[in-house]
Amino acid sequence: MSENILEVKNLRAYYNILKGQVKAVDDITFNLKKGEILGLAGESGCGKSTLASSFISRKKPLEYVSGEVDLVGHEIMKMDEAEFKKLRLKTISIIPQYALDAFSPTKKIRTFIKDLAHQHGIKTDRAFMEKVEERLDLVNLDKSVLNRYSIELSGGMKQRVVMVISTILDPDFIIADEITSALDVSSQRFVATMLANLRDLEIIKSAIFITHDLSILYQIADRIMIMYAGNFAEIAPTDEIVARPRHPYTRALINSLPKVGIQYHDKRLSGIEGTPPHLLNIGDGCRFRDRCPYAIEKCEETPIREKVADNHYVSCWRWQELGSDLNVEE
Amino acid sequence: MSKNNKNEVVMSVKNLTKIFKSGIFNPEYTTAVKDVSFDIEKGKIISLIGESGSGKTTVGKLILKLINPSSGQIIYKGQDIAEITDKKDTQKYYRRVQGIFQDPFATFNPLYRVDRVFDMIFDSYELGFSDKDEAIRKVLHDVNLNPDRTLGKFPHQLSGGQLQRLLIARALLMDVDILIADELISMLDASTRIGVLNLLVESCKKNGMAVIFITHDLNLGYYISDQSLIMYKGRLVERGATKKIYENSTHPYTKMLFEAVPEIGDRWDPEEEFLPEQVVGEVKDFYQNNQGRGFVEVEKGHSVLFSDE
Amino acid sequence: MLTEFWKKHENLYYALTNKKVIFGLTIVIFVFLLAVFGPMLTPYEYGDYAGEGYMPPSSQHFFGTTIDGKDVFTRTVYGLRSTLLVGVIAGTIATLVGCAVGFLAGYYGGTLFDELLMMMTNIFVVIPQLALLIVIAAFLEVRGVVVMAVIVSITAWPWTARAVRSQTLSLKNQEYVSLSKISSLNVGRILREDIASNMFSYVFMVFIQQFNGTMLATVQLEFLGLGPTKGISLGLVMQNAVNWNGIQLGMWWWAIIPGLILAVLITALYFINTGLDAAFNPRLREM
Repeated sequence: MSENILEVKNLRAYYNILKGQVKAVDDITFNLKKGEILGLAGESGCGKSTLASSFISRKKPLEYVSGEVDLVGHEIMKMDEAEFKKLRLKTISIIPQYALDAFSPTKKIRTFIKDLAHQHGIKTDRAFMEKVEERLDLVNLDKSVLNRYSIELSGGMKQRVVMVISTILDPDFIIADEITSALDVSSQRFVATMLANLRDLEIIKSAIFITHDLSILYQIADRIMIMYAGNFAEIAPTDEIVARPRHPYTRALINSLPKVGIQYHDKRLSGIEGTPPHLLNIGDGCRFRDRCPYAIEKCEETPIREKVADNHYVSCWRWQELGSDLNVEE
Repeated sequence: MSKNNKNEVVMSVKNLTKIFKSGIFNPEYTTAVKDVSFDIEKGKIISLIGESGSGKTTVGKLILKLINPSSGQIIYKGQDIAEITDKKDTQKYYRRVQGIFQDPFATFNPLYRVDRVFDMIFDSYELGFSDKDEAIRKVLHDVNLNPDRTLGKFPHQLSGGQLQRLLIARALLMDVDILIADELISMLDASTRIGVLNLLVESCKKNGMAVIFITHDLNLGYYISDQSLIMYKGRLVERGATKKIYENSTHPYTKMLFEAVPEIGDRWDPEEEFLPEQVVGEVKDFYQNNQGRGFVEVEKGHSVLFSDE
Repeated sequence: MLTEFWKKHENLYYALTNKKVIFGLTIVIFVFLLAVFGPMLTPYEYGDYAGEGYMPPSSQHFFGTTIDGKDVFTRTVYGLRSTLLVGVIAGTIATLVGCAVGFLAGYYGGTLFDELLMMMTNIFVVIPQLALLIVIAAFLEVRGVVVMAVIVSITAWPWTARAVRSQTLSLKNQEYVSLSKISSLNVGRILREDIASNMFSYVFMVFIQQFNGTMLATVQLEFLGLGPTKGISLGLVMQNAVNWNGIQLGMWWWAIIPGLILAVLITALYFINTGLDAAFNPRLREM
């Protein structure tokens, strides 16, 4: 399996707070192949962003509990902060959520980029700045943006600048955390496509694209992983998961998405009743069972991850009998 | 309902313009909304679709009298609402025209229990219920909320979806004519979104309430609305029956929106070079090529802005 | 009956049962009691020669004596009286003026009225505080505690005004204010329930800072010999100690005890502030 950039095995990372443990990432297993964009979807609070931050920083109160994470041969969970810092930007990098607010209003973009590079111990010589300009060009930004202040740029432009910075050292693996959710529809498409382009140009070798919006993942992800309340629900190649979802939650998510061309009068979509459980000191069992129309007694036990087909895994006791017909409703 | 009632116009927005002025001694002017006209029909849902800075939220605020127009009129029951200045008349207006805002958590004062949103309307308006508590409990059932689990709670103890349902319940209690729903569901998760939307459509059909659904999401707008308004840089660029706009979109901005919206089952063309900045030039060319045409009906019930002079 | 009362005054209940509030309030009350009744516990006047100099704290002289044999306890409790008085008066004036100006400017934000208020505020901000204080203080021949307080508060309010203005600006644009408006709530209720109550904790914090700041400003003036023409204050006690090299001579009680009382008082006020914050904010109440 040498072509895997990232291998995550049974990863658990909890928030330790006064009242107990919040099991935000609980037993997550997946891998990421070279050249692949993996989409990670789920509702707010499902642990998708926590999963990302468990790779990048292990700052309190988030605590790594168990499991293995192998990133191109580095056991990153066992590394200390100093060692891990060397991997940043070169091996692993993140385009963070809320990156758009990260710009200081009093600094020019050029200064901002230079400061950031210095923080990571990168020399900002002429060659570096030329590379920056080259990359800006790639994301269709004129190099004159370097001399502008952040307030002069639109959200989409700022997001592109952030993308350029995060990928400047051609990282093996990049985490894109909700990079499109604050953007307008038009910028959304451009930024999402850009991520795929960077991969095609082999500037980045692999990426995890985290979002709550399945329809964007459908556009650019090779595989999609669904998380629910800190647990793994399902993972499969994009077309497979959309056409033949096995987990009742995946199915409900896809069913709840409106499409242009579908009107309320023609077809009534249905959401999922209820809200996700609180993860504080949560016990065993499938975490979706309270909202699941197919829940049975067996669901009081934590479901195991099972193989449906090549590259397709699901954690649901009833995946086999339920089949995958999207239109079946109870 | 008789046939005449079907297209009863409850509100007419005419040439609405809002120019914001900032600074006193050296003022700068920003045109947020320019020359926007449309009718609101009883029991119909209109989507007001646009991206950030399109002026869609400003239109909502103007209708809710939270800000005053620079020019143009909003006619409700034969009267320009700008003429409603008297406290009593304002109260009467709000008795019939209500709004729900984007961020459910910001719409509830964090220091008070959620019940306050009901207390306020019972304090201000004669709603015609003999038993207040019973009325509230009933309407909460209608919006699929368990009164025992919602009343008496503080806003932070409930989810965004529950809070938005409370606000819909509030509007239903008031039995309003027009509800402005500004990005009602943008802060909600996909799985809860549809529930809230369905509820909105149902209540609208049942009570004859007209809804202006302000959104940036084309899919959602398409899903629930009879009529659509597309706004771009303060201008209304396309207006008409939702289906017609979709099937026969004419304005370059509308076309771009439909191309950019992500959908499951329909992949973006990877060969096509898509640049968000491009639309600015396209719109400019479009206006130039159609100089002097203005806002024109291209087919029955479907109008397009051909030039912006 | 009692439960009925608490139900109506829920916030008061939460405030008075909050541990931080209880802790802070206890200390504050103790310090105030000390200032009020302290002078009755001592047979001396603050200017009196009370015994041998250089004496560390003992049952005779609770806080020891100064180098020239004055009783530090007596001086401290008398000083505490006037310092607290200055702090309370000046802090209150500065907070009230600052809040009123800031609140009005913020509520009418963007109008000419706002612009004028802010212009006035900014003029006060750029006037060098100490210079103005020196000029005013030098012109007045007799300076009592109240006059001192007024002088100090003149330069203290503008910052509060600016901060309160921006708070008001952001609060009045909250969506819950819009909801109250379309619920036809009258302006008074909106100001009270939506704006003022959400600003309360901030204003209390401002008051503590003003209290703190004005006391320090008074001490500064006293240090320059522009303090009250008569009487004593904590600042004077400490200044004396420093002038006489009290600390270098090992007389820690002289300067440190009065300073400590001030520090403890301010800390206690901060405790009350965070406690009240937790009590009034339902979200924090649960933590």
